Amino acid sequence: MSELLNNLLFLPESASTFAERVDLLHHFVVGTTMVMSAGVGLAALFMFFRYRRRIPDQATEYVVPTLKTEFLFVSVPLVFFLAWFGIGFRDFTWVTTPPKDAMDVYVMGKQWMWKFAYPEGPNGVNVLHVPANRPVRLLITSRDVLHSFYVPAFRIKMDALPGRYTQIWFEATKPGTYQVLCTEYCGLSHSKMLAEVVVLPQEEYDVWIKDQRRGRLQDRQDALADTSLVPPVARMVDQGQVLAGTQGCLKCHSVDGSAHIGPTFVGMYDRVEKLDDGQTIRVDEAYITQSMMDPGAHLVSGYQNVMPTYQGKLQGPETAAIVEYIKSLRTPNVREGASEGPAYDPIQ
Amino acid sequence: MTPSSSLDTAGAAPHDEHHDHHPSYLVDGTTIKSWLLTVDHKRIGVMFLFFILLFFLVGGIFALLLRVELLTPGPTIMDAMTYNRTFTLHGLVMIFLFMIPAIPAVFGNFMLPLMLGAKDVAFPRLNLASFYIYLTGAVFMLWGMLNGGLDTGWTFYTPYSTHTTTTVAPVMFGAFIIGFSSIATGINFIVTCHTMRAPGITWFKMPLFVWAIYATSCIQVLATPVIGLLTVLVAVENLFSFGMFDPARGGDPVLFQHLFWFYSHPAVYIMVLPAFGVMSEVVSTYSRKNIFGYRAVAYSSLGIAFVGFFAWGHHMFVSGQSTFDAGVFGVLTMLVGVFTAIKVFNWVGTVYKGAVEFSTPFAYFCGFLFFTVFGGMTGIALGTVSLDVPWHDTYFVVAHFHFIMVGATIMAFLASLHYWFPKMFGKTYHEGWGLVSAALIILGFNATFIPQFLVGNNGMPRRYYDYPERFQALNVASTAGASLLAFGFLIIAFYLTYALVFGEASGKNPWRSKGYEWVSESPPPTHNFVGPQVTFPEEPHFYVDPKKAEVPDAV
Repeated sequence: MSELLNNLLFLPESASTFAERVDLLHHFVVGTTMVMSAGVGLAALFMFFRYRRRIPDQATEYVVPTLKTEFLFVSVPLVFFLAWFGIGFRDFTWVTTPPKDAMDVYVMGKQWMWKFAYPEGPNGVNVLHVPANRPVRLLITSRDVLHSFYVPAFRIKMDALPGRYTQIWFEATKPGTYQVLCTEYCGLSHSKMLAEVVVLPQEEYDVWIKDQRRGRLQDRQDALADTSLVPPVARMVDQGQVLAGTQGCLKCHSVDGSAHIGPTFVGMYDRVEKLDDGQTIRVDEAYITQSMMDPGAHLVSGYQNVMPTYQGKLQGPETAAIVEYIKSLRTPNVREGASEGPAYDPIQ
Repeated sequence: MTPSSSLDTAGAAPHDEHHDHHPSYLVDGTTIKSWLLTVDHKRIGVMFLFFILLFFLVGGIFALLLRVELLTPGPTIMDAMTYNRTFTLHGLVMIFLFMIPAIPAVFGNFMLPLMLGAKDVAFPRLNLASFYIYLTGAVFMLWGMLNGGLDTGWTFYTPYSTHTTTTVAPVMFGAFIIGFSSIATGINFIVTCHTMRAPGITWFKMPLFVWAIYATSCIQVLATPVIGLLTVLVAVENLFSFGMFDPARGGDPVLFQHLFWFYSHPAVYIMVLPAFGVMSEVVSTYSRKNIFGYRAVAYSSLGIAFVGFFAWGHHMFVSGQSTFDAGVFGVLTMLVGVFTAIKVFNWVGTVYKGAVEFSTPFAYFCGFLFFTVFGGMTGIALGTVSLDVPWHDTYFVVAHFHFIMVGATIMAFLASLHYWFPKMFGKTYHEGWGLVSAALIILGFNATFIPQFLVGNNGMPRRYYDYPERFQALNVASTAGASLLAFGFLIIAFYLTYALVFGEASGKNPWRSKGYEWVSESPPPTHNFVGPQVTFPEEPHFYVDPKKAEVPDAV
């Protein structure tokens, strides 16, 4: 039944857990709409015929609706619309709230290609490898203009914004290859900004990751080269550690848990921080990125607004690497609550 | 001698002696200057009609070029850059130069004073100024289009629009200028409704077309300044690297989207509310019935205008706005749907116990009902947040807004063109050709956009020059539909031009309508009404036999 409806509606293959939910609601909405519209349409057609004009100057009766009729006109659509909205919003919340155990992949759009970076190390251009039956969280950004990451078979889509991270997650249900399309107009070759998601069974995915980390030596043409001299592709965490040093992050942020000019990186990720305007915020990828790009936007209480912006200094993958590095510095006993004040008082 | 408000006499002119002394507005001054410098709302409406039809032709040619290009994946008749410019120009011309002014500036201008028993709008000179401001803006836009064109899409999303090397600034400046025309017309109509109503026309005796124009005018006055501000900001950013929306310089691209849709979502109702108003008149006239639920229809126009201001975020469900925002905008979107549903039920209810004459405007009413129901319901589906995730920015959205915003408005525009043709020009057109072209247009419109719904479901994104081969069959179907549509418009152009020149005199009220606008002569004299102040004792579209005036039936 569902298969038949999908074919009638020209829906693409459904290959994620979200796709199943979306299609179900889709059928409900389309089905109800068709039945109700047919009802209204037939009633109208019947009346056009039944009440056709018989004499040119025909007088008619003065008919007005009762309160009950008007109430029906309002309440029937309202009930259906709100029910659909309720289901739709529940599913939307679900797809924008990744489960805790989701695997992270950083996605960066640029004119006109998609780049993927895994915390374990390998990068990919225009091909995203993911394991089947495992939640995957996409952290999406852009290097230039707006793009939008759309996988029809998974029914997911999220815009890529320069200088920000957006997120969406999916769990692919079937191994296979699925097309990725850009759905935010991005210039001349917008329609050629295609990529694909390759869903592998978990075992094959593990083999693939291992191959990637060995730098795909077997693919190299210069097989004579001493393989031991080829450095393995660095893990994002390692890249991030190097960047944190070279970019000067560690001058103000400690990695031993002590507060300095800025809050320590240790345990920073997922901590709930009190802001200087009295609100609280949970430190996630989006907040860390924002703090690098626009440090004064949400200042943690007790710290001065002295950090320079890294907008334009850090590229998308570099920002991602630093975020991964910060995430790696989680202590087993993550402290809840705000950081303590800075180690020194700035000169007034 | 007191002018009669009786509407029963079709063609009979009881005031011939007046008619001789007061020529119709069409022949009262025949020099070009007498037209260009006129402050008569009717002549201004006719001048608007001329240019609006011209721009509709331009936008339509762009649309056909797009459809031909999409016949095959890859290049068909143009390169990618030309395609990107063409869809941008199609959108801009159709929205800013055709659809926003189409019904209010032409038929609103012409009918509003007639429907209110007034000699003109409240500010006749402002009315003329609004026409010339519109033309100035159009000249800027066309100049920009001819000198390079722009490739941003009509939505001008930043940071692309601030980076592209195409001519964004003059076109946006054109849109900025046209905004003033829109605001001037809006203020004029609001003041006219408040101050120029003839004795006896209380607020709840105003024709529903006037209610719709009133609600539209409120949106025009309140929302247009925001797009004005935004176009200036983007133009400045483009010319002087202002940095407002560019994240590389500390700006925020999403801020642009919020401001853009804060205008452009209500703008959808600027386009479609007048269409709703026209249809309330048409269905009453051709089924000889007072509208079922007059107050419900009037209030729902205001309701749409009000709630329409708070639903803009449903264009941004996947733009990175918060999940909470998505929920709020989603619920408010549903309310717009409920207001529209009230109207649909009341239009259908109007026919109950009526006397339907299936003429050309009524055929457009049927097409209008179809497009409003399916365009509206797909809008509700898109507002159902999770469903929007796969549909967003695909052809499903393109088909949806062409159904509700374009389909409903075109149906109403053509219905008014036919329904008010005798009123405006005093001539009749050929009814047979009218019905044939209406059938062609409704069929062609469906054949164009139903395949687009399906190709969107299938996953084809909008603004795609090239597309994977699996989308081709539906694209060919859509192009075939578009040719049918074009053919329908061609027929209308021929028989209406013929009717304008050689058509038979229609008489005062060929439809035997009891709408207020038919109280005056057709075409009306320059000052609309001759003699003492005309009065309107009955409510509009009161078709009850006077001998049987009694308590209303309630259903």
